[in-house]
Amino acid sequence: MEHKNYTKHFIFLSVLLVMLFFVNISLGSVSIPFKDLLNILSGGIASKESWHTIILDFRLPKAITAILVGSGLSICGLLMQTLFRNPLAGPFVLGISSGASLGVAILILGSSVFGGFLVTNSVSNWSLPIAASLGAFLVLSAVIIAAHKVRNTMSILIIGLMFGSLTSAVISVLAYFSEATRIQQYLFWSFGSLGNLSWNELSIFGLIYGLGILATLTLIKPLNSFLLGENYAKSLGINVKKNRNIILVITSILTGVITAFSGPIAFVGLAVPHIARLLFTSSNHKILLPAVALIGAIVLLICDSIAQLPTSEFTLPINAITSLFGAPVVIWLLVRKKRIFV
Amino acid sequence: MDNQKKNIILKTEQLSIGYQQKKDTQIVISDLNLEIEKGKLIAVLGKNGIGKSTLLRTLSKVQKAISGDVFYQQKKLSEISEKELSTKLSLVLTERLPESQLTVYELVALGRQPYTNWIDKLSEKDIKKIDFAINQTEINHLKNKRFYELSDGQLQRVLIARALAQDTEIIILDEPTAHLDLHHTIKIFSLLKKLVSETQKTIIISSHQVNLSIQLADEILLLKENNYHLDTPKELTKTNAFENLFSKDLVYFNQELQQFIIKDI
Repeated sequence: MEHKNYTKHFIFLSVLLVMLFFVNISLGSVSIPFKDLLNILSGGIASKESWHTIILDFRLPKAITAILVGSGLSICGLLMQTLFRNPLAGPFVLGISSGASLGVAILILGSSVFGGFLVTNSVSNWSLPIAASLGAFLVLSAVIIAAHKVRNTMSILIIGLMFGSLTSAVISVLAYFSEATRIQQYLFWSFGSLGNLSWNELSIFGLIYGLGILATLTLIKPLNSFLLGENYAKSLGINVKKNRNIILVITSILTGVITAFSGPIAFVGLAVPHIARLLFTSSNHKILLPAVALIGAIVLLICDSIAQLPTSEFTLPINAITSLFGAPVVIWLLVRKKRIFV
Repeated sequence: MDNQKKNIILKTEQLSIGYQQKKDTQIVISDLNLEIEKGKLIAVLGKNGIGKSTLLRTLSKVQKAISGDVFYQQKKLSEISEKELSTKLSLVLTERLPESQLTVYELVALGRQPYTNWIDKLSEKDIKKIDFAINQTEINHLKNKRFYELSDGQLQRVLIARALAQDTEIIILDEPTAHLDLHHTIKIFSLLKKLVSETQKTIIISSHQVNLSIQLADEILLLKENNYHLDTPKELTKTNAFENLFSKDLVYFNQELQQFIIKDI
């Protein structure tokens, strides 16, 4: 297509991403000199043995998780906004995060309600992601079955919201009957966290993420035709129903796996597509998809770095940071530009 | 119908159109037998709610027929895949485009989707077709504008360019002049007339412009409560077919002036 040259934009964002990646890794409760950091990353030896573990087993997987989660959620947000032609849509409109939350809630809170036969007291590393995945999968199946029955795409949006309400209601009931410590544990999960992934988990996460992104590339053409509405898309030879279902499945799997491993991270998926559209002034998905992925990764790296910044023992909940710093930025951008697009 | 029609591109047999919801069927028009020749500008006229849009939507497979068949060059519409149909027929619809930042060029280029590869890369041929469409519709100066910046008249020409870029033998337009003043309405009509004569395309358009249609269309399809006529404007005027197009208490058709005149109120 004949369009502006966005090479400069992309180079700038890529450089920014790499810089933020290193900034992110260098931040933490233990300060490690940048020279040692580079040494460790390039396979060399640092001044202190323990720094290896800190960098390689904690900070590096966390930074990679931030990149995958940020770009993944943002791409899903873009898919949903284009599919529903609604600027308010995000990766969680299908109720996926509610489903994941339900799974985790049943695991953590349910044990006190159902008498502890569901899990032992110590929630293992894998049980949380598995419970979240199962919950997300449950809601996903329900939404896709419902999507198959209704012809109107907007109805799917409302059905997703309804499933969200339903699961929240169940969680409230569970919480009402739970002990305070359990509720706290659940609350901590719902804050979101990027730092809980081992390399094993990260490789599974990365594999599913990679497959999801590859599948998304094949959607560029139908996504662009959706910009004209479903009837025009159909008249351009696009199988609307098939592509709609592919979009739903990809979004569900990506957001499901992201929520399973990092908790329900708010805001990024809704906001980043808008930031990308404002920066690139384009609706063409050939440009928007890579732009959204880059900006999403950058935004979450920044948020995670802010969460680390008080170089104390504490790490602030990532979910609070994304909204606390992100929302005003988007409000400011939109007020300045005055016009929003899908 | 007359029998000497040659080169028929579009045909309907016992076509009934309307809406079907579960067991509730609402037929708008039944038993349509139409034959449309290649390279003609056809205007579909009729009062509001008579089924102009329903007919055009059925012909373009946006909605299903209740019964009967539509044929494109002997082939049943129900047996033509969406993919194949997209190279035979293009549309200009009345619905508003969703808000987006598409430029005019990008919008016209989307018309090439049936021919582009999986990642939508434009070939040299695609670019030629796009340029041709842009030149024919005289929107060269608008190329880099976003479509939301356009006036209604400009947007209609851009949408026609998009349909033209799709390079199909038939273009169907649903009330393309609905929001336009007389000047822009005439501009669209004469553009369509020019396209038919220069590119041999078949263009079917629904409209409320009786007078303009009589002057510019090759044939007119008149849809009325209980019957329909498809013929040249001349023939239709001669047989006084326009007479009861609208309810007679307000207007009557003046054959000499070829237009509806308001009765004394």
